[in-house]
Amino acid sequence: MSEHAIEARGLVKYFDEFCAVDGIDLTVPKGSIFGILGPNGAGKTTMLRMLLGIIDPDEGSRTLLGSDRPLSVAKQVGYLPEERGLYQSMKAYDAIAFMGALRGLPLKTGRERGRQLLEESGLGAAADKEVRMLSKGMAQTVQLLGTIVHEPKLIVLDEPFSGLDALNQGKLENMIRAQADRGVTVIFSTHVIAHAERLCEEIAIIAGGKVPFHGKVSTARDRLRPQVTLETRAQDGPWRKALPQESERRGDFWHFTLPETGVEPLLKSLIDGQAGIESLSIERPGLHDAFVAIAGEAAARKMDEAEAEVPA
Amino acid sequence: MRELIRSAFVIARRDFAAIIFSKAFFFFLLGPLFPLAIGIAAGGLGQQMAKEIDQPLVAVVLPADEAAALTAARDRLVTQIGQRRLPELRIVPPQTDIPAQVATMLARKGEGDSAEKYIAALSGSFDAPLFTGAAEDVQRWQGEIGLLIDTARSASDTPPVTVATDIIADSEGAKAKNQLLTAQASQVALFLLTMLLAGMVLSNLVEEKTNKIIEILAAAVPIDAIFIGKLFAMLAMAFIGIAVWITVGAFAIQTFGPGLPSLPVPAIGWPIFILLAFLYFSMAYLLLGSLFLGIGAMATTVREVQTLSMPVTMAQLLVFGLASYAVTKLGEPIEVFAAIFPFSSPFAMLARAAQLESIWPHLFALAWQIGWAILIVRIGASIFRRNVMKSGGGAKQGFFKRLFTQPS
Repeated sequence: MSEHAIEARGLVKYFDEFCAVDGIDLTVPKGSIFGILGPNGAGKTTMLRMLLGIIDPDEGSRTLLGSDRPLSVAKQVGYLPEERGLYQSMKAYDAIAFMGALRGLPLKTGRERGRQLLEESGLGAAADKEVRMLSKGMAQTVQLLGTIVHEPKLIVLDEPFSGLDALNQGKLENMIRAQADRGVTVIFSTHVIAHAERLCEEIAIIAGGKVPFHGKVSTARDRLRPQVTLETRAQDGPWRKALPQESERRGDFWHFTLPETGVEPLLKSLIDGQAGIESLSIERPGLHDAFVAIAGEAAARKMDEAEAEVPA
Repeated sequence: MRELIRSAFVIARRDFAAIIFSKAFFFFLLGPLFPLAIGIAAGGLGQQMAKEIDQPLVAVVLPADEAAALTAARDRLVTQIGQRRLPELRIVPPQTDIPAQVATMLARKGEGDSAEKYIAALSGSFDAPLFTGAAEDVQRWQGEIGLLIDTARSASDTPPVTVATDIIADSEGAKAKNQLLTAQASQVALFLLTMLLAGMVLSNLVEEKTNKIIEILAAAVPIDAIFIGKLFAMLAMAFIGIAVWITVGAFAIQTFGPGLPSLPVPAIGWPIFILLAFLYFSMAYLLLGSLFLGIGAMATTVREVQTLSMPVTMAQLLVFGLASYAVTKLGEPIEVFAAIFPFSSPFAMLARAAQLESIWPHLFALAWQIGWAILIVRIGASIFRRNVMKSGGGAKQGFFKRLFTQPS
């Protein structure tokens, strides 16, 4: 068995003339929480569907839990599609059991676990209700429980946070962490950077059907130098020479990227040059800034628009 | 393979439960019983009406002695050929103006108690009888009246002859003719059942597609398993329906008497014939069902499915037309074609079972039909994967190669 839950090489997918995925390489280590970031229409769902074997790639190869026929390992995989779907006339616990049964869990066990999971999620009262009677959030929880009921080794969640309120988003984050603690590989796609930032060890950024970045969140951040915000009493002086050329001035504040030389020389010149430091902050850039730097302004704007629609 | 069957079973179990435990299923079971009930009621009513109509009454306006001889002749003939074959006679004493009397009698509408309603009148004498009435009635009974007069004229005292009978086994000609009847009846029954039931498969994937459940199914099990599971769930449902209808039908026959004609024994014998009917129904259902499922899976909305159901029914009619046309042409090219063509094969082979004794062609036919059903499911699933799930590797991989490679 390979130590990667997912390995993909040169995946390409065309829908008629449109190239949805344009040569993607991806490796997801086992036992990690892996985020796939990208704006709507970047190819996230298409890529996940290829990885899961719902559709075949036009070019390239992929292995899922070491198998190049993803459906053959379906029993060890849980998948929450972007567009949620349940049989409306099934009862909540039965819907969970059915999803488990699809992936090899005996129906009886599935029903027991279904009730238990609903109970643990505070939805015990809804267990015997038909899915059509449930609220959208509850139905989504039922579907999520159906995704994990057979205790998979790999969980794939497509936009799991969309449509959830803040409270349920928090619950979902906890669940993802709990699964990861058990050694389960969790891979999820999102267009909300905050979730990826909080949860993921590794991310892949997808834009325009390609992966411009793939690796640790910290690596993505390190691509950007820390940002400095400086407030000074003095308006001018020899200390100005220590500031980079492209520094931006807003009133008493200076904004600039920390020079390659580091913090100490900067501080020394400021103090020696009597700049009169009122306040100074040096911040590591957020994933958002990294995303802007990596995926480009256009992709970032698309993400922001989407985020405005679906609050994080 | 085991995994495929397991997955198909999970799908089938869900579908089956969803059908059986719905309120609509009750009406599904009840549906075919409506025409049955109406048929029984109409049958009873028809008998009643037949009784009233089929008692033609002929006025006998003859001299008294001839009239008496005629009724005596009728009584004698009735013992030999039965009541129904001869009209009833009513002696009416002749009046002076016989043509006027006959005209009045036949014009009467039969009001009042004493007023009888005659269909015709016999006047004149034995030597010169005159039979008056509407063209239809006169032509119908002319011969019988003549026979009655002849019998009356040659009246003898010898008692009616008793004809001894010696019944031998069916002649070969009669047997073949009768078995053709069984063949046709069983074909019609098979067709009615498949037409009523197989069309339902058409809309089977629409719920999954509109509800996006297909994504969950397709991520967990092969599309082939979804198709097979759905087909067998519908087949199981069909069996429940048929079992209920047969039970009720048998009960109805028990209650309403054995008045129904029984079918001649098929050439292959009843037990094997019934087993074959069962198997061929399954095959007809699976063959047509897999085709309809494949077609229906292409439809994106319920409306499209509804639109598709007409051409699909027409296609079924064509297949049935072929099989029923071929049923009388045993061994001719058209019949052999009907037996080989997969969709008409179950119908044609069932007709063969009624008419021919050999069993081995049925084993071939069943294997052949199963092969086709599998092929159609695979083609349907493959097209579904490509067109609906937007899967597949473009034109690089051949169509047939894709068909026989393991879906990943």
